Amino acid sequence: MDRTPIDSAGAGKGSFKSYAIGFTLSIVLTVIAFLLVMQGGGLPRLAISFGIFGAAILQMLVHLHYFLHLDTSSTARWNMLALLITLLIMILFVGLTLWIMSDLNYRMM
Amino acid sequence: MTIDSSTFSVVSSGEFEHPDTIENQAFGFWLYIMSDLVLFATIFAAYAVLGHNYAGGPTGKDLFHLPYTFGETMLLLFSSATYGMSMLAMNNNRKDLVLRWLFITFLLGLGFLAMEISEFHHMILDGNGPERSGFLSAFFTLVGTHGSHVAFGLIWMAVMMGQTIAKGLSAPVQSRLIRLSIFWHFLDIVWVGVFTIVYLMGVM
Repeated sequence: MDRTPIDSAGAGKGSFKSYAIGFTLSIVLTVIAFLLVMQGGGLPRLAISFGIFGAAILQMLVHLHYFLHLDTSSTARWNMLALLITLLIMILFVGLTLWIMSDLNYRMM
Repeated sequence: MTIDSSTFSVVSSGEFEHPDTIENQAFGFWLYIMSDLVLFATIFAAYAVLGHNYAGGPTGKDLFHLPYTFGETMLLLFSSATYGMSMLAMNNNRKDLVLRWLFITFLLGLGFLAMEISEFHHMILDGNGPERSGFLSAFFTLVGTHGSHVAFGLIWMAVMMGQTIAKGLSAPVQSRLIRLSIFWHFLDIVWVGVFTIVYLMGVM
């Protein structure tokens, strides 16, 4: 029972172009982050940290957009909404954990 | 209490007839992935708290060999792209190409897993297992959880190759392939976080 192509938000609607762009951007961003740490000895630590975190966040966005085809279109709206709420929960988890533990550390010293 | 049996037959035969079924299943799986991301967030939080508790043991600088991890990253990245090729082949109804790209994706994923297991193996042999320090407990938990996700993804992929051969690209098979693609791409996204926070920051 072979079917005609199925259009589906979130995964199944990519084109060769979107995968090629996403793949190339991911490679470039990974290489930039890698070289920053391996060759960036002369740069200040803070600059390298910003560089690699910037590259990581960009690459996650590239994956979401070009591999998972997440955008602001109506078909992906609920996927986007779920992701944003999850992101909020994740930031709360990590941020508040770090806050509580560093505060505890400070008080126990 | 009597139930009209025709209700069930309508449901079962119509399971994949509804035009939105595949999208609904993909969205349901998307929500599961969101909960998985929350799981990873808690483990990342644990790593952020414990990551500097070396207990006199080795630090990330002593343990990590960045070019090796860069190789792992590339394997996973290539596997994401090859899975994408498999999805394109699926949209063109090319069963042979779907299988070929799935098989290449499987090999790349297996290569990643083998490299990770080899890294763990060497660390444990050197006495730097999860019991050595808080840092290593958190490291093995975080990287190991990601690795076990990859392992289950590979099992799933092997099953899907079997189903594609046995059943062809039927609607249920396509729906499962789409959900596996969501799973696989998200594992790559989580790995970007692991690579940056654990390995790159650890070596700096």
